[in-house]
Amino acid sequence: MTARIGVVTFPGSLDDRDTQRAIRIAGAEPVALWHKDKDLKQVDAVVLCGGFSYGDYLRAGAIARFSPVMESLIEQAKAGLPVLGICNGFQILTEAHLLPGTMLRNNHLHFICRDQKLRVENDRTAWTSDYSAGQEIHIPLKNIDGQYVADERTLDELEAEGRVAFRYLDVNPNGSLRDIAGVTNEAGNVVGLMPHPEHAVESLIGTGRTDGLPFFTSILKKLVNA
Amino acid sequence: MARVVVDVMLKPEILDPQGQAVQRALPRLGFDGISDVRQGKRFELEVDGPVDEAALARIHELAESFLANTVIEDFTVKVEEVAEAVK
Repeated sequence: MTARIGVVTFPGSLDDRDTQRAIRIAGAEPVALWHKDKDLKQVDAVVLCGGFSYGDYLRAGAIARFSPVMESLIEQAKAGLPVLGICNGFQILTEAHLLPGTMLRNNHLHFICRDQKLRVENDRTAWTSDYSAGQEIHIPLKNIDGQYVADERTLDELEAEGRVAFRYLDVNPNGSLRDIAGVTNEAGNVVGLMPHPEHAVESLIGTGRTDGLPFFTSILKKLVNA
Repeated sequence: MARVVVDVMLKPEILDPQGQAVQRALPRLGFDGISDVRQGKRFELEVDGPVDEAALARIHELAESFLANTVIEDFTVKVEEVAEAVK
């Protein structure tokens, strides 16, 4: 049986279909999950996709964090369910305290949309094993609340434990501290990043690169081998 | 009925780009002598029934878990009596 990967749709989610498509292209079965349902439909992993959940009112991801689906997700993520948060999904994971730190408005205050170069720092997470540490990739970035911040102690801890999963290269697009583009939890099952791997899985579309595909093949390999 | 006001501000050590953008506009508008601006949020909660210690404790919890993100923000809770004041 093929791996089933859930994609949560909140009011204001934008990239749920692209994410489902990326999962299908990687060879897994995407399962649509609805923010009002507590039921995770026994999926093997979950992606929280990009967009502006609940309009990003209050703070990005702050209202989504209290939706019914998140009750189940928080509990299961703590028990080891692989969860990937992309952009707004990353913001939701920090608001849920599944990942440390939080996101502020970009330091230049502009919405940004660019092809972003990243370095994969950690290839031991559930979502990055098909990369190698130090690998440089290009995937699209689009956000206005993308400035990653945390206190110095937390940042030092993240660095020491190898939990900075991705770093911006060449350009820091939003003022993120220590050029951090993505982080992982201690167990490596929860990963969040601001750029969008689901938009870089087909050579015909966008930048022509498929540098985002390994996210989805990594998790598939992990689930199939489990 | 009473009103409880929750003020949320970014912690002093957190960069506030919105406040900075406002501050940079001030000289253009002819306002001189303002060296810093920080922008926050104010929530006005209309509370049914008495604002006793229990109610305030619940609002404090609400502010801490939802209205403010304590990773980056501080908050204060204060009671503002409205209309039918205490007799």
